[in-house]
Amino acid sequence: MNRSRVAAIVLRILYLYRGSPQRVFPIFVWVAVDILMWGFLTRYLNSVSQGPVNFVPALLGAVLLWDFLTRVMQGVTMAFFEDVWSRNFLNLFATPLTIAEYLAGLVITAIGSSLLSLVAMVVFARVAFGLSFLTYGLALAPFVAVLFVTGIAMGVAAAGIVLRLGPASEWLIWPIPMIVSPFAGVFYPIAVLPGWMQAIAALLPPSYVFEGMRAVVSGEPAPWGRLVVGAGLALLYLLLACVYFASVHKTALRTGLIARYSAETVS
Amino acid sequence: MTPPAVLSVENLKKSFGPLKAVDGVSFTVSAGEIVGLLGPNGAGKTTTISMVLGILEPSAGRIAIEGIDLRADRSAALARTNFAAVYAPLPGNLTVEQNLRVFAKIYDIAGVEARIGELLATYDLKKYRNTKAGVLSSGEQTRLALAKAMLNRPRLLLLDEPTASIDPSAARDIRAGVAGLVESGHCGVLWTSHNMFEVEAVCDRVLFLSRGRIVLEGDPKRLPGEHGVETLDDLFVTVANEALAAGGRP
Repeated sequence: MNRSRVAAIVLRILYLYRGSPQRVFPIFVWVAVDILMWGFLTRYLNSVSQGPVNFVPALLGAVLLWDFLTRVMQGVTMAFFEDVWSRNFLNLFATPLTIAEYLAGLVITAIGSSLLSLVAMVVFARVAFGLSFLTYGLALAPFVAVLFVTGIAMGVAAAGIVLRLGPASEWLIWPIPMIVSPFAGVFYPIAVLPGWMQAIAALLPPSYVFEGMRAVVSGEPAPWGRLVVGAGLALLYLLLACVYFASVHKTALRTGLIARYSAETVS
Repeated sequence: MTPPAVLSVENLKKSFGPLKAVDGVSFTVSAGEIVGLLGPNGAGKTTTISMVLGILEPSAGRIAIEGIDLRADRSAALARTNFAAVYAPLPGNLTVEQNLRVFAKIYDIAGVEARIGELLATYDLKKYRNTKAGVLSSGEQTRLALAKAMLNRPRLLLLDEPTASIDPSAARDIRAGVAGLVESGHCGVLWTSHNMFEVEAVCDRVLFLSRGRIVLEGDPKRLPGEHGVETLDDLFVTVANEALAAGGRP
């Protein structure tokens, strides 16, 4: 893998973000809106609830981590969409750039943008609602890592779908996190789901993360064994997503899709 | 002694279902040579160029750039190649300089500052250094595409209708610039155009494609006489009409 070519993909996105406040804006504003809305909701729930449950870490923490996964996925897809919108595939893929280098560039940009979001969310949640993740220390890192790998896998798979089906299919991509969230047990234990939803949840790495986080927040020992299963699934999905993207690219080379990529020409 | 081929295409074929877009095309482009790839719309010119650029996989045949098999070592082969095409503008949301910097990284160019400065001067783009590519005129965008195409000092340069959207004066400058580059013997050029005056002015050799096959090949100044017509334009029309009469795509 040529580092200069990977850096070129990152540099392109850096230039876009540097010269465009409207691209930087969502990194901070949407997460702030989410934290505000869920922060006040949890504060209200705490005020009306008589039980021992503290909703701030249970719900607001879950929102924060789910937002992080969404931002990671969007970090990959937005960087990819920039090339879709500017019809840049022909320029990019008629160069020595390989698919692995292109994907590596997308992933690095996603790391940057999602870390910015995460820092903004953590600081905002701490300042506005007193939610401190520092309490959990390094124990939090594996949970975040599984969500990160899952987000990358979702982003790469989504990019593959758009490459295969055409730019108009980006409208299929935006709702993916919303569709996944009921099965992932972001706000409730998986046990409350019906059997068929639990079966799907068992295939989703975030469900292991949120079950584990709930255990940690309620003072139980972290279920590391379960988290390892989630991590294994996330890595498997990342591998499958990369294979899928590479296979779509191969098909695009065979059919000439790359050379004539637009909403009108893809079927 | 024959100069070494920078591009060697052997029995190249591309089918889309039952349609044979390119059907057994073979040719070479040598260093210091400009070869014109001509033919009516749908003859297979852009399909051929897309295969040489590695963005379309051939159904059969072999493409080698400076002896490097494109299929076997795509990155090494394409590192020696570059292109400019009227249908492939550079991202309009980056400035002229940013575009050149991104592609300089992709081609892993040494001495980026100096190279970009040199190209901005050569293609009269200095005053647009910080202008978004999307707001440039067609002619300026063409000059930017050519500057990008020269970044890596390619051994093989593919120009697909490079002067299609620019005024005659700018087109003349571009033709002179490419001809000057080729005269130095550094690179070979595969040039497609529908402007027969331009082809006659710049090309050392032309290949006429019709229905995916090379039907004529030779010196653009002598070919018309050899086929009993006055101009290259007339010859083009004859070839296109023959394709129509044969029932193929014009």
